[in-house]
Amino acid sequence: MSTNLNSLPELVTNSPPDVELNGSPEAVAPEESEPRSSVLRQPTAEDIWFDEHPIAPFVRTERMPHIWCPSCGIGTVMKCYASALEAMGADLDKTVVVSGIGCTGRVAGYVNLDSFHTTHGRAIPFATGLKLSRPELKVTVFSGDGDLCGIGGNHFIHAARRNMDLLVILVNNFIYGMTGGQNAPTTPAGAKTATMSFGNFEPAFNLPHLAASCGASYVARWTALHVRRLTKAIQEASAKKGFRFIEVIAPCSTLYARLNKIGTGLDLMQFYHDSAVVQNGADTREVDITYQDHIVCGKFVDRERPTFLEMMHDHYGKVLGDRYVPTPPEGSVYHD
Amino acid sequence: MKADPRGVLTGAHYLDGDFACSEGAIAAGCRFVAGYPITPSTEVVERISRRFPLIGGTFIQMEDELASMAAVVGAAWSGVKCMTVTSGPGFSLMMENIGLAAMMETPCVVVNVQRGGPSTGLPTMVGQADMMQVRWGSHGDYAIIALCPQSPQEAFDLTIDAFNLAETYRVPVFLMMDECVGHMTEKVLIPPAEKIEVVPRAFTKKPPDAYRPYSTDGWPVPEFARAGDGYRFHSTGLTHDERGYPTMSLKAQAALVERLVTKIQGNADRIIRLEEVDTTGADVVVVAYGITARVARMGMELARKKKARVGLLRLITAWPFPEQRIGELAGKVSAFVVPEINLGQMVREVERAAAGRARVVSVPHAGGGVHEPEVIAEAIVRAAK
Repeated sequence: MSTNLNSLPELVTNSPPDVELNGSPEAVAPEESEPRSSVLRQPTAEDIWFDEHPIAPFVRTERMPHIWCPSCGIGTVMKCYASALEAMGADLDKTVVVSGIGCTGRVAGYVNLDSFHTTHGRAIPFATGLKLSRPELKVTVFSGDGDLCGIGGNHFIHAARRNMDLLVILVNNFIYGMTGGQNAPTTPAGAKTATMSFGNFEPAFNLPHLAASCGASYVARWTALHVRRLTKAIQEASAKKGFRFIEVIAPCSTLYARLNKIGTGLDLMQFYHDSAVVQNGADTREVDITYQDHIVCGKFVDRERPTFLEMMHDHYGKVLGDRYVPTPPEGSVYHD
Repeated sequence: MKADPRGVLTGAHYLDGDFACSEGAIAAGCRFVAGYPITPSTEVVERISRRFPLIGGTFIQMEDELASMAAVVGAAWSGVKCMTVTSGPGFSLMMENIGLAAMMETPCVVVNVQRGGPSTGLPTMVGQADMMQVRWGSHGDYAIIALCPQSPQEAFDLTIDAFNLAETYRVPVFLMMDECVGHMTEKVLIPPAEKIEVVPRAFTKKPPDAYRPYSTDGWPVPEFARAGDGYRFHSTGLTHDERGYPTMSLKAQAALVERLVTKIQGNADRIIRLEEVDTTGADVVVVAYGITARVARMGMELARKKKARVGLLRLITAWPFPEQRIGELAGKVSAFVVPEINLGQMVREVERAAAGRARVVSVPHAGGGVHEPEVIAEAIVRAAK
């Protein structure tokens, strides 16, 4: 898990000379453009830039700069989450983020909310315990593909089966980033990784299909390029109940792009621009991602299914009648 | 604070250790349990699953023990008192999030109804071979508290103590039962709620802007804020500073890890509970815990018929280990005899504490049954010579 962070920018500059480093900013859809000067310069002590930033109230600004590499997609996804909370007027005191381990797992440390950075793969069961014991909380699990669907895959499918009341935002960069670019259960066949030096020969998970077939009530996929659609999807999913799953395809410039000689994060954003196909309502069996091929995006599932808490309350209400004492929304904490 | 009367089944009952543990948890105020079926502990969660819907608690059977322990750590941060229950193989899976609970300083209770090991071992038969795992099982340096009931009554009483200690020290506390005690049925007296002392979660009274989740002032246990009360705090399994923020500073690592250990070891005197029988003037002291302490009493009776002057030191608290008391006794007795249903675990601690001033005799048992009292008697008589 340990990575010498100081070495990461060097890795970028050490990209092989045949890689096209200059992505064309004009090719990126206008909705994605940030003020580039803000992104590129390092803030100084005198800088008031963070206080002025629209999502500053949602961020632990004292922890900036963050550890993510230049042109990583995770910050963009976190920005979309913050924008969604702002647009919804969410009660931030009742909003909790739970992360696992890995690059995306660091989101919990940067959001200015009650937030937990837990063990590798266990964000979903941790969040399950928190949600069930204080049901009024809005709990979001924010973690990566390896964390949630590799080591944590069992928890993922069971939470979807139960339709547990969790919003799960999974940032899929196709690789284990924090540990140095090893193969992930999402790595497309053919892609090179640190542990598949000759190219990955394993098939990758189709995560929307996995979530949908296990019973998720909401399933969508977007890329880090689709900031407006992703923000809208987070709002939409937040307004629903049950297990809601949003997969976000995001660039890992330092490892995935470098090992595969496909440029930088900006080139990957260009690739998403060129290759993302929006197909709302697509059959999730058909949304596999293959190496550097088109990426089907959209809202695939939006259905009403009773959630775990609803099923539990309904069942005990029927069986036990007035004898049933549910855990109160604020939790069962007794004071005499 | 007194127990919530809604959960307390006051009266005389005929219960096994597992059921008594469930009632102890409920009396202590436990209202969240996550578990996964495993013999011989499952009866604890079966009873919880029947009782909780009637008293405002939530039980969930998770997909495995990794998830059960993670759910318990998560639930604790809602402010609720919570517990999980398992046996050896599940205990091994829980180690990861037991480490998280120790690092985040999360109050919770873990019950291990010990069976024969290693691996799948003897699922339905007794063992006491997880006594070192409970102390050292998760990676890194931390300290925990472990209690060993010898009867269903103690399973009830010590489960309440376990919750109270978890709240006092913000640490995972372990009820190290064994299959014999778990499946043994005896009379259990449950007192009225107003006679049961419970320690409530010590919620911080500081305003959010003055609150630092891991700062301490004198007393080495930080104040607790729960998720959803506006504190907007962060907690992580990474080495963290007083704000709960990750840090790679060696100073912060030393301050944190040393505090995790010293908050328990430094309060060992307050935590440790022992039962001593005839240790004054004894030539040999038997050190035992759980079901083995009861078998040892029979062995002691047999040894006394052969003129042995023998006493019993029963470990109600196994961890922190009562090294000071063992050290005191080591200067007065000629030997310690340590029967346990493993090939010699807690005996190592006895040896360490005795530091060569008294002989230490291990009486091992590989598991699946209890010692023959004659074997313990013979060890006592030999040690006395």
